[in-house]
Amino acid sequence: MNAMTMNWATALPEIVLVCWGMAILMVGALMKRRDTFQLASMLTIGAFLVTAMVVIAGPSGLAYHDQFVVDSFSGFVKLLVLIGSAFAVIASLDYNEHENLRRFEFPVLLLFATVGMMVMASAANLMTLYVGLELQSLSIYVLAAFARDRLRSAEAGLKYFVLGSLASGLLLYGISLVYGFSGTMQFDHLAVLLSDPAKSSPGLVVGIVFVVVGLAFKVSAVPFHMWTPDVYEGAPTPVTLLLGTSPKIAAMALLVRVMATPFGHLLAQWQQLIVLIAIVSVLLGAFAAIGQRNIKRLMAYSAIGHMGYVLIGLAAGTAVGVRGVLIYLLTYVFMSAGTFACILAMRRRGEMLEQISDLSGLGRRDPALALWFTVFMFSMAGIPPFSGFWAKYFIFTAAVQSGLWALAVIGVLTSVIGAYYYIRIIKVMYFDQGEAAFDPRPASLSVLAAVSGLFTTLFFVIPAPFVGAAQTAAAVLFR
Amino acid sequence: MNAAGFPLLSLITWLPLVGGLIILAVRGDEETVASNARWTALWTSLIVFVLSVVLWVRFDPGDPGFQFVETASWLPQWNITYKLGVDGISVLFVLLSTVLTPICILASWDAIKVRVREYMLAFLILETMMVGMFAALDFVVFYMFFEGVLIPMYLIIGIWGGPRRVYAAIKFFLYTLAGSVLMLLALLAMWYQAGTTDIPTLLHTPFPASMQTWLFLAFLASFAVKVPMWPVHTWLPDAHVEAPTAGSVILAGVLLKMGGYGFLRFSLPMLPIASAHLAPLMYALSIIAVVYTSLVAFAQTDMKKLIAYSSVAHMGVVTIGIFTANVQGISGAMFQMLSHGIVSAALFLCVGVVYDRLHTREIARYGGLADRMPAYAFVFMVFTLASVGLPGTSGFVGEFLVLVGAFRVQFWLALLGSLGMILGAAYALWLYRRIIFGRITRDDLRAMLDLSPREIAVFAPLVVLTLWMGVYPASFSSFWDATVGAMVTQHQAALHGPTLLAAVKP
Repeated sequence: MNAMTMNWATALPEIVLVCWGMAILMVGALMKRRDTFQLASMLTIGAFLVTAMVVIAGPSGLAYHDQFVVDSFSGFVKLLVLIGSAFAVIASLDYNEHENLRRFEFPVLLLFATVGMMVMASAANLMTLYVGLELQSLSIYVLAAFARDRLRSAEAGLKYFVLGSLASGLLLYGISLVYGFSGTMQFDHLAVLLSDPAKSSPGLVVGIVFVVVGLAFKVSAVPFHMWTPDVYEGAPTPVTLLLGTSPKIAAMALLVRVMATPFGHLLAQWQQLIVLIAIVSVLLGAFAAIGQRNIKRLMAYSAIGHMGYVLIGLAAGTAVGVRGVLIYLLTYVFMSAGTFACILAMRRRGEMLEQISDLSGLGRRDPALALWFTVFMFSMAGIPPFSGFWAKYFIFTAAVQSGLWALAVIGVLTSVIGAYYYIRIIKVMYFDQGEAAFDPRPASLSVLAAVSGLFTTLFFVIPAPFVGAAQTAAAVLFR
Repeated sequence: MNAAGFPLLSLITWLPLVGGLIILAVRGDEETVASNARWTALWTSLIVFVLSVVLWVRFDPGDPGFQFVETASWLPQWNITYKLGVDGISVLFVLLSTVLTPICILASWDAIKVRVREYMLAFLILETMMVGMFAALDFVVFYMFFEGVLIPMYLIIGIWGGPRRVYAAIKFFLYTLAGSVLMLLALLAMWYQAGTTDIPTLLHTPFPASMQTWLFLAFLASFAVKVPMWPVHTWLPDAHVEAPTAGSVILAGVLLKMGGYGFLRFSLPMLPIASAHLAPLMYALSIIAVVYTSLVAFAQTDMKKLIAYSSVAHMGVVTIGIFTANVQGISGAMFQMLSHGIVSAALFLCVGVVYDRLHTREIARYGGLADRMPAYAFVFMVFTLASVGLPGTSGFVGEFLVLVGAFRVQFWLALLGSLGMILGAAYALWLYRRIIFGRITRDDLRAMLDLSPREIAVFAPLVVLTLWMGVYPASFSSFWDATVGAMVTQHQAALHGPTLLAAVKP
């Protein structure tokens, strides 16, 4: 063991974040005041900011016996994860006060989930992958059930836990098969080993399938999506915001890294699988959302569809495809967080509202909120000039370049079907007669909606730096 | 470099958006905001119009290439540039958009009473999108504007439309979107093949014949919906009937031209082999559109619906002209598009005039308006006759040139195409007779007032344009003669180049 292999400084962001999390925990436990939620939240946002700076400035390379890798891909993903988690904390500031969830454990759990996601982004070994994934999952199981007095929240937490454990089991089983048939869990060793087609065996392929299934559960791709609508609906809305952003990004990044690095040479074996998952995901996302009346459930199906589009980029199996994936995730964080900020603002006389029909007439009562909501819906539908269009643009570029024409055609046509339910929400807000006004919005949600909305609207003005960063990050996986 | 010395096209494109931001910033009670929004929108669109007149004056008709070109770095690593410019084909469409926008704003002055601020904002955004689309010289920029048009139009139909506005708005949106996403795939394929999205470069990039067919079909999916061609025209009557008057005006005046412009800008010059190969299909669809929708127009009881169907028929003539791929046909198509842009827009405004007074568009409710509204009867007559294609009006020149072009291709094509003129005369004159002539039977018709000064201000430029185009067409066609000539030459070279070489071979 020399200094190079035990290069602990590469994991500095995670270390900083964990230490900070411990500190917040101590503050929360030792302070005599009962109301430590706001303080803990502010400290958590501060932690995310500092960690983001460490991520940007920190060294890159392999560490911990090559089990942990820091490169521009992991950096890109970590920044997105931190943005998503910070948005979730901001969204919880007001919600938790109102819903009687002001406990300092909430931001701390969120922080530890974020650490897990960051470890996932840096995994260079199937074991690191699993550890990161479990740290993330266990924290979020608790968060989903955080409103423990509410039946639906408890149900969501339990459901997520049971099905999530099953997926973890499948993943672990897949890892064991891969290890059994190849003798290593190191990504780079696997890549070298599998570059020789003779070395791949049916058992290994089965193992890969199980790994894909386990990760597909985490990104809620069809047919492993069943938990998504229920958990989205039942969990406290800030947790739903979190579920829709950071864990999806981390899991998708993990899936991309695993498929591209150790199993990159087996593209022919897994490409069909990903293509199939992508197709059924976009189809289900487009059709199942049409009948939804609850906006959180609708967002769940929308997320399934979006993950389907992201998988199209992965299915391309090229650096161009991964670039598309990263751009999609980048724009999706802002779109999704912004949409949930708007949903969180749907409160009348202290009661949270979740029905789409509750939005009717919003265009007259609250033009600013309706405008942002409209921006997010058009963006999710992929209408230019909003950022959602660019996400789809780069995804379909990859599909076309890889000759996946069927996938591309199905993808664009389902995006038209998906557009139907997005523009129906706009219809409800602007074309229908109004109901009574919502309660005044807290400043935190206005800021969140405005920041996300401005990013979504103005992305088209200077896309080059973002696309360039995604390109650099994607190139790392295809050296 | 730029003929104007400053980024004229960018200014014309983005200035309406600045006006929109000013409107957004206005505070006060509803009345103040509405009045401010109206005036701001009017002044913005007038300034934009004046700027576009500069474009008209400084444009050099002798140059077949792109003028007023301006570029800015956008996605440099991927050869995607923010690039604007106009040639003979697009310059007059820019003018058409900037002429019709202030007219629309004037026409909605009193008709729109609710949410005036949002309405004016939507129209200014729409103007940005339309001008940008016609001026775009990069495929991605083009696509962005092409689809971006949907957003304001969806809201205009859905918020300020008639009773079935929701159905019409969603149908309009989904039909058009379904077409354009397929074009997006074609765009990506061309980008991959050619390595650039620069339209002037793509115009001279030969694509393999097998690829051309697929690309052509993808473009067809998009542009056929926009034109609209039979059988994907069904969104148009719904959208027209439900849209507010100004919405119909823009829809008929400019948005339909986006399809024809797309065929001329992309399908014909970039995919010459597929265009020649699939021309019979285009002829067939166009002939069906001309004959069938003319007959359907007869059966209508709603004025707007009748004009909407007549639009489909007139645009059928345009698509015939484009795919004859000879100078007369394309010139005729261009002329027909501009003429239709003015005339159908004016006809919808004519409907708007009586609708504002009586709040019905049913043809049977009217009759004998000539007694009470002589000025209106005159204006309506000018546009009806222009729509019919009477010599001396703008409608004649375009149809005549298209038929000449069609005759050079096929006798039967010209014959069937001219059926549209006959049927057009029948339903248009029939509409005019039922509304303007006859005896006034109802009291509310007797009480109707003739055109107000504001309405005269709306119609006057359109009447002048219609007659000007009919009497002295060369002042318009000279703009595109050089470009169309070059385009046809290139088209012929692309088609016959290989065969000529093959013929030389021993």
